[in-house]
Amino acid sequence: MRAAAILALAALACLAGVSGARADAIGDPARGEAIFDKECARCHMVGPEARDRIGPALNGIFGRRAAAAEGFAYSKSITRMGNDGLTWTLETLEAYIENPKALVSGTRMNYRGLRDEAARGDVLAYLREWSDKPQNIPEAEPSALPSMPVLSAEVLALQGDLAWGEYLSAECLTCHKRDGSDEGIPSITQWPVEDFVIAMHAYKQSLRPHPVMQMMASRLSDEEIAALAAYFATID
Amino acid sequence: MLNRRTFLGTTIAAGGVLAAPALFGQAKPRVVVIGGGAGGATAARYLAKDGAGALDVTLIEANPTYTTCFFSNLYIGGFRTIESLEHGYGGIAAAGVNVIHDLATGVDRAARTVTLAGGQVVAYDRLVLSPGIDFRDDAVPGWSLDAAEIMPHAYKAGPQTKLLRAQIEAMPQGGLFAMVAPPNPYRCPPGPYERISMVAHVLKQSNPTAKILVLDPKEKFAKQALFEEGWQRHYDGMIEVVGPDFGGAAVEVRPGTMEVVVDGTAQKVDVCNVIPAQMAGKIAQIAGVTDDKGWAPVDPANMKSKMDENVYVLGDSSAQGDMPKSGYSANSQAKVAALSIRGELTGAKVFPAKYSNTCWSLIAPDDGVKVGAAYEPTPEKIASVSSFVSQAGEDAALRKATYEESLGWYAGITADMFG
Ligand SMILES: Cc1cc2nc3c(=O)[nH]c(=O)nc-3n(C[C@H](O)[C@H](O)[C@H](O)COP(=O)(O)OP(=O)(O)OC[C@H]3O[C@@H](n4cnc5c(N)ncnc54)[C@H](O)[C@@H]3O)c2cc1C
Ligand code: HEC
Ligand code: HEC
Repeated sequence: MRAAAILALAALACLAGVSGARADAIGDPARGEAIFDKECARCHMVGPEARDRIGPALNGIFGRRAAAAEGFAYSKSITRMGNDGLTWTLETLEAYIENPKALVSGTRMNYRGLRDEAARGDVLAYLREWSDKPQNIPEAEPSALPSMPVLSAEVLALQGDLAWGEYLSAECLTCHKRDGSDEGIPSITQWPVEDFVIAMHAYKQSLRPHPVMQMMASRLSDEEIAALAAYFATID
Repeated sequence: MLNRRTFLGTTIAAGGVLAAPALFGQAKPRVVVIGGGAGGATAARYLAKDGAGALDVTLIEANPTYTTCFFSNLYIGGFRTIESLEHGYGGIAAAGVNVIHDLATGVDRAARTVTLAGGQVVAYDRLVLSPGIDFRDDAVPGWSLDAAEIMPHAYKAGPQTKLLRAQIEAMPQGGLFAMVAPPNPYRCPPGPYERISMVAHVLKQSNPTAKILVLDPKEKFAKQALFEEGWQRHYDGMIEVVGPDFGGAAVEVRPGTMEVVVDGTAQKVDVCNVIPAQMAGKIAQIAGVTDDKGWAPVDPANMKSKMDENVYVLGDSSAQGDMPKSGYSANSQAKVAALSIRGELTGAKVFPAKYSNTCWSLIAPDDGVKVGAAYEPTPEKIASVSSFVSQAGEDAALRKATYEESLGWYAGITADMFG
């Protein structure tokens, strides 16, 4: 019932041309539809007929908790993030679409990411039309579509110091097990260095929810994150 | 902020050039750790593991197995077996630590030796004390350690915890459970209130007309809003807290007649859990590293005793500043101390101290909450630099995830302590 109401509203808004005008700040929904068809439609549906396919239907995605589509079998990783409070906003959606694994490490969305910033804006402008009351969804926030986490090439290229990483890792091992098991707390051993660095910066920049990890990451410098990534990649 | 390069520079000078030669001529520098709990087990294992054979590490622990206080409330609530809280010292011995099961009875700081109840004398270059807490005599009029067989504290896990659980199970229908809560500072600030939650959980199922009375000398307690909200939601009308304004700070107990006296009125109770005021473990007092308040002041940068540069004090016994007395804190401090000791004795690189803590509490099945903070040393104390706490009104999925996370933490920290 609720879904029908949402669709009706969205359709109304479209007819009235309201959302089209308002969505300009994010991107062009018409172009977004074309990009959606090419990039996302093999797994996702959106619109009046939408149902779950390889990925969940994306109606009403703005403002929804991650992994909240009733009856869809999500990965453990995105379910955990949803429980932690990850909610789909312009910012988090953009980050997820740009690089799904940077935001949700173990996601089953087997998609390499949409690297073109303008294209992401267009797709989101399109998806926004299929969300509840698009006129209430904030348009481009002041920081206008930041590509998060914001990381310079130099930060990504930093070579981590293994001895330093080993010392810093002691703090992590209170919770994350060295043997890589993941009971209640995910495994962080043997990750590709870059994924690890991106994930840590996503916590540091509060893009990923989770108060413990945000606190842990917030006091690590870029060099320290690189050191940890290098160390955890090596332990067996 | 310390810049890493300058920091490394200074410590290599201090650790490598100055301290190491002082020990020349001796086979291997000796580190003795007293107490194989959250602080001591971690320190011993990290010293041996990271010292890679360069140090002679001895752990002196009174008991052959360690029963964690953390999660002992979950045993009371029926969520854990007692066996799941017990840990042996095999992994620590395997890491290269010489483990001695005996009670340390004396420390001669001038001669740098420790005496054991069995008569053995063990020499050290650095001593690490992590003996946990002891109770203050006369903290609660009418209560003494002998009375703990009748009115258990269950604040050192093991037989006391089993006794308390058995007493709760044997309560008559509609009976009264009383807790005499401790004044600050004490180990595990949310511990008494998590325990109340677990007792309520058990009684709600087996004895729903029973009541719980908390006699508390403190105006406020840890995660109070979260506990109060949870108690109202899950155990409405079961729990009464009597604070200092109504006599909670001046309680007398009578183990002989199973009574508590509050504000001059004697009240008959069926179970009485007395958690007395605390101080550093006795051996820290014997070693003479405690102050007039009964705790051992330490250097915030490395957990070194302020009374003796060859002694480190970890965990509950230490007076360090803002960190709560918790297993997590003790584990965190142990790693900082272990590196500092390796720096002094073997010239290992020493990095700036970072401390942290998180305490989870279970209020009801799948209703977990947490509080935590990050800490850094300042010249005066270990100071909190950022913190977080669960919020009232969080949804059930988040509370469940928080509880599951605490299970992961338990597995993680015990593996980190015991190997
Ligand atoms: C009910 C309860 C719940 C708790 N829950 C949590 C929690 O969820 N999370 C958390 O982080 N913390 C929790 N804690 C707190 C935690 O248990 C303590 O803070 C922690 O154990 C302190 O570590 P420690 O090394 O200082 O002392 P302990 O872990 O107590 O270790 C001291 C050891 O020293 C030994 N010892 C003492 N004196 C001598 C001697 N003279 N000779 C030889 N051996 C000696 C003892 O046998 C003991 O094994 C809880 C505590 C309680 C009581
Ligand atoms: C190869 C298939 C595939 C492609 C291509 C794909 N997705 Fe997904 N998507 C998934 C799967 C599977 C999930 C569920 C993720 C999980 O369980 O971890 C998902 C999840 C999502 C979610 C989160 C849904 C929720 O309920 O939390 C969003 C938003 C999303 N995808 C958007 C997109 C967009 C936009 C595109 C195109 C730019 C896209 N996806 C491309 C498979 C895909
Ligand atoms: C107090 C416990 C705790 C400590 C200490 C801790 N973490 Fe975490 N960590 C968690 C939890 C819980 C999660 C899952 C968070 C979530 O759902 O986003 C997590 C998630 C992560 C992730 C993402 C994993 C994934 O699959 O998405 C990384 C990477 C990580 N931590 C690295 C670290 C590093 C590095 C340290 C040490 C500097 C550290 N953690 C310290 C509890 C902890």
